[in-house]
Amino acid sequence: MDPVLTSTLADIVRNAAPLLIASQGELITERAGVVNLSLDGTILLAAMAAFAVTYNTGSLGMGIVVAMLIGMLVALIVISASVFLKLNQIAVGFVLTLLCADLSTFFGRKYSGQQGTEIPYAPIPILEDIPVIGEVFFQHNILIYFSLLLVIFIWLWTYHTRLGLSLRGLGEHPAAAYVRGTRVQAWRFVYVAAGGALVGLAGATYSLSVKLGWREGSTLGNGWIALAIVIFGGWRPFRIAFGAYFIVGLRALALYFQQEDVLNLPIQIINMTPWVLMLVTLIFVTSGLAESLLVLVPPRWRPAAQNLLRAKPPAALGSNFERS
Amino acid sequence: MRLEIHNISKSFGQLKANDHISFTFEGGRIYAILGENGAGKSTLMKILSGYQSATSGQIIIDGKPAQINSPHHAIAHGIGMLYQDPLDFAPLTVLENYIEGKPFNFFMRRREAEADLLARCKILGFSLNPNAMVESLTVGERQQLEIVRLLSLGVRILILDEPTTGISAEQKSQLFQTLKNLAREQNMIVILVSHKLADVEELCEEVLVLRRGRLVGHRLLPCETDILVEMMFGKRISTTTPQPLYTDKPILKIHKLSVPARLFTIQNLDLEVREGEVIGLAGLDGSGQVEFMRTVAGLGRPTWADQLTAIIALAGMWWVFGKILDESSAVLNLARIAILILVLGPMLKTLYSYIRQRANNDQDAQIMLNGKSIGWRGYRDLLERGIAYLAAGRLEEGLVAGLTLVDHSALADRSSLPHVNWLQAWRRTKQAITDFSIKGQPFSQIQTLSGGNQQRVSLSLLPTNLRLILLENPTRGLDVESAGHIWSLLLNRRKQGTAIIFSSPDLDEIIDYSDRILVFSSGQTTLVENPEQMTTARLGELIGGKS
Repeated sequence: MDPVLTSTLADIVRNAAPLLIASQGELITERAGVVNLSLDGTILLAAMAAFAVTYNTGSLGMGIVVAMLIGMLVALIVISASVFLKLNQIAVGFVLTLLCADLSTFFGRKYSGQQGTEIPYAPIPILEDIPVIGEVFFQHNILIYFSLLLVIFIWLWTYHTRLGLSLRGLGEHPAAAYVRGTRVQAWRFVYVAAGGALVGLAGATYSLSVKLGWREGSTLGNGWIALAIVIFGGWRPFRIAFGAYFIVGLRALALYFQQEDVLNLPIQIINMTPWVLMLVTLIFVTSGLAESLLVLVPPRWRPAAQNLLRAKPPAALGSNFERS
Repeated sequence: MRLEIHNISKSFGQLKANDHISFTFEGGRIYAILGENGAGKSTLMKILSGYQSATSGQIIIDGKPAQINSPHHAIAHGIGMLYQDPLDFAPLTVLENYIEGKPFNFFMRRREAEADLLARCKILGFSLNPNAMVESLTVGERQQLEIVRLLSLGVRILILDEPTTGISAEQKSQLFQTLKNLAREQNMIVILVSHKLADVEELCEEVLVLRRGRLVGHRLLPCETDILVEMMFGKRISTTTPQPLYTDKPILKIHKLSVPARLFTIQNLDLEVREGEVIGLAGLDGSGQVEFMRTVAGLGRPTWADQLTAIIALAGMWWVFGKILDESSAVLNLARIAILILVLGPMLKTLYSYIRQRANNDQDAQIMLNGKSIGWRGYRDLLERGIAYLAAGRLEEGLVAGLTLVDHSALADRSSLPHVNWLQAWRRTKQAITDFSIKGQPFSQIQTLSGGNQQRVSLSLLPTNLRLILLENPTRGLDVESAGHIWSLLLNRRKQGTAIIFSSPDLDEIIDYSDRILVFSSGQTTLVENPEQMTTARLGELIGGKS
């Protein structure tokens, strides 16, 4: 295989890791019925914090832990405001986005442009020697491997464990979950905290590996992308992973076109392509057009295909559960 | 099996929903709890099932006091409840719904649970496909799933809240048979909460009547219906058969209409609706009654507005892309093809289905209002011409939760002025409150009203000069008194020559109020000319396809 292509694919796996981690975190949050809209700001703040802590203490582990704690804290603010103060999750999330972004600028001033430590490169022995696959997947650092394992773990959790089944019920019909003995509020807190921690980890992945260092607004926009990917992925772990790789792949392609100047198109148009394609896909899936094309699928596979195309949000998303 | 309740009370602020209720339920018997809307039936059952806790009082099961703090506790004590709105997970499969709530294991153990589910279904005579999505099930099947699930959790006291709302006659008789077997063979206690006297008389052995939170009566069945009604409402309610008011003048002609429905496609429907006539639509849920009414009302079929919007969208996107992109670019052509497929695709689909519909109907299938074809007109256009439709989902489709009565009056105003005349809207609301005896204030939010009052508001919002009113299950969830009131309001409308078409799962209601009955059965429709000679049993047979 073409070595340029292989290294591009390896780059995609690497660059998509933070998006992957953040969107999987948002996935479990939303599956529990809570919208954490603060992703963009949280990732920025966590990225800054991870860099600053590592810079000052020299410990990568400390940086990562602090970033995760920050993500968790912000997420807990969203759910607490919803549960205890009956505030709208979207409004709180949006305000936190802006607040966290500004906090990252404020606290990050003296770290801007400094030389930082990188998570050590750690190829996996034996596996790294597999042609192509080895280079694409197994010659990275530990956070990138984590992003890959995370997708599989979340998929196993949601679809093959009893707790995962409860999680799906939580976001669909909290009252039904409650009569089945699930502690709705407690589990929402757990999943929102875990999801927030993953969002924080995504920030750390940026500043300690993918976009090494800290600069004001360095990850700006990626939180919104992660939120979009969750919708694009129809709230399913593997489709979300595909979405993350798809977006990052298109960006790599855009960069390549820009450098080679093959298409003779303004760069803005190429940058817009992922969004247009995302919209087109969403229209395709939700308009029922995709369903009408199911006729082409052999009947035996039709339910599976139908399931694959489903893109319904959890029914109780963004609502507050109260016993009435 | 013995369930005792002692002095159960529950207050919400000033309101006493339950006031010192005491009773003893014995195993092997089927009880009914009757009462008008707001009598406290649901509250009492929610207390028993642990969804709410009582302000004071005691629950004793088999001689032991039981502390019930949550539905989960209640199930551990053997009390299970089938809620009126199924508390299940629609986008999950039957099997997943069955597994959730069982004693905890880390993994799903699908195979084990599937075998268990199928075995239990077989005993009860239910046929449920474990891999079907719950949202694709009928309400009756969702109930069956809940019953199997509750029984598998060891429930010995089964409470059912309005279980016959929205299920077919066949499913109802199957449900009743199952309940009788459970009580008789397994010595279970079955408690039915209902406002339908016919159901109670068919199934139950004892009846408790609640009024304003108090237990006001206990009778063994069979018992005179009038006595039960008097206990429920504290007064006698006379039901009189309405006098027909129709003339020979047809206002709506339907010729060879085909309507696709969830279960079947209705073929070649012919119907002539006369002035002042009431036509009841009978049939299994999903046989096309609702689709038929929506088609007549101009909902759910392609209208000119839809086609026009699609064309404008297409032209607009075409123009925008033409501006942005260089004519010679390959990407441009790809994008244009994508737009073509996306916009034209659904458009062609509706056009194709319309043409196919026309072709199936010998070219002359049509709906004629006052001698003119309604063509591709939409709901608003038809409302101007005198056709109105009220959906069964009052708060989902008819009214807007969160808005006040005055807001609704302002919304329904058809004047073309750009501003809202609030004073006029308020006056109209005051007038409607007296005319329709609505229990509510002009500025109360609509969802705080009871179902019966919501329906009265819906009726008050309809324009006065209508030719035809289409109603989907007009008395859904209403008690006898409210239902009677709604019907008297509706029947009054006939005096101006307005015709009424309504669907209902309640066959008695259809027989009582209809001048003619249209029976929907497996895509075929039969018109019954003289419903006075009809019995529910015979009508049930017609629905089932026996002629």
